[in-house]
Amino acid sequence: MASNQVLGNYKRSEKVKKILFVLAVTAVLAGCKTKEPLYYHGQYNAVVYNYFKSDDMTVSEQVEVLEELINTAKAKNKNIAPGVHAHLGMLYFELGNANLGLEHFNIETKLFPESKQYIDFLVNSAKGKS
Amino acid sequence: MKNFIAIAFLMLLLSGCVSPPAPHDYSEFRNSDPKSILVLPPINNSPEVIAPYSVLSQISMPIAESGYYVYPVAVVEQTFKNNGITVANDAQALPISKLHEIFGADAALYISIEQYGTSYSVISSQTLVSLNAKLVDLKTGVTLWQDTASASSAENRGNSGGGLAGMLVEAIVHQVIESATDAGFDISSIATQRLLSSDMHNGLLHGHRSPKYGQPATSEKAK
Repeated sequence: MASNQVLGNYKRSEKVKKILFVLAVTAVLAGCKTKEPLYYHGQYNAVVYNYFKSDDMTVSEQVEVLEELINTAKAKNKNIAPGVHAHLGMLYFELGNANLGLEHFNIETKLFPESKQYIDFLVNSAKGKS
Repeated sequence: MKNFIAIAFLMLLLSGCVSPPAPHDYSEFRNSDPKSILVLPPINNSPEVIAPYSVLSQISMPIAESGYYVYPVAVVEQTFKNNGITVANDAQALPISKLHEIFGADAALYISIEQYGTSYSVISSQTLVSLNAKLVDLKTGVTLWQDTASASSAENRGNSGGGLAGMLVEAIVHQVIESATDAGFDISSIATQRLLSSDMHNGLLHGHRSPKYGQPATSEKAK
């Protein structure tokens, strides 16, 4: 009985030690951890990858994922990653929906004025084709 | 003995935060002060055809999160194709004035993929991604920054740098949608983060859109 109690206490203190150790490791890791992300990226990387591979996902499915990404970012009040609206615009152009394509191109330039020159080039070349 | 092991383990974790290589000279980078980065199609020195696509798909995030505008990689790739440039070597050989004229980018990132793919051996198999990159000012042609990085699926969490890499792996596994899951794609994410993130030793400077803009680079602080 007495020896059981001693063993119990010993086990408990070992447990506490273990918990403290885990906490210490977590604290150290948290020190390395990067800051809160600047943007909401959602599945943008995966959509881009699927666009390149052009097998697993159709263009319409990619559009769906990006539209959902944009809604989620809005709901969470987070900034949408650069390139998402431009990529979505391109997908809409590929689907033959120039209006939505232009709309998303314009959102990209509003969010990121750095893209203006390139987006203007894209819009002009699209106009040249039609 | 137990305490000793615990301390040794902690030291190992801590050393994971402080990388040994000498800090870069960021003076040209700081002078140029680019706001936007154009990633050119990567030159693929690996036998895997998918490698450039996988790397391109993962490269935007660390650049954006470092505070730069990064041009939409797939749209850019299409632009090159539509203009008859289908080979990465040709894209990377274009005059910088031409790139600046079309994209209006302040700087361009020239990448080559040195290794990509899964190698199988008797004891274990590993997926390795190894990258080489150079950031060039598109007005002056001056090289602002260059480095190499690699990542492997065989890294253990306890190994040097493994603490952070381990966390990244975990984060990525949850991020990737099922249909896109393949090891090269996942490992590319770690390799590109290591290479470019302004939070990594010798990564990019903190860009204009980062709350840390103007602060010394991570490796300069470690000095």
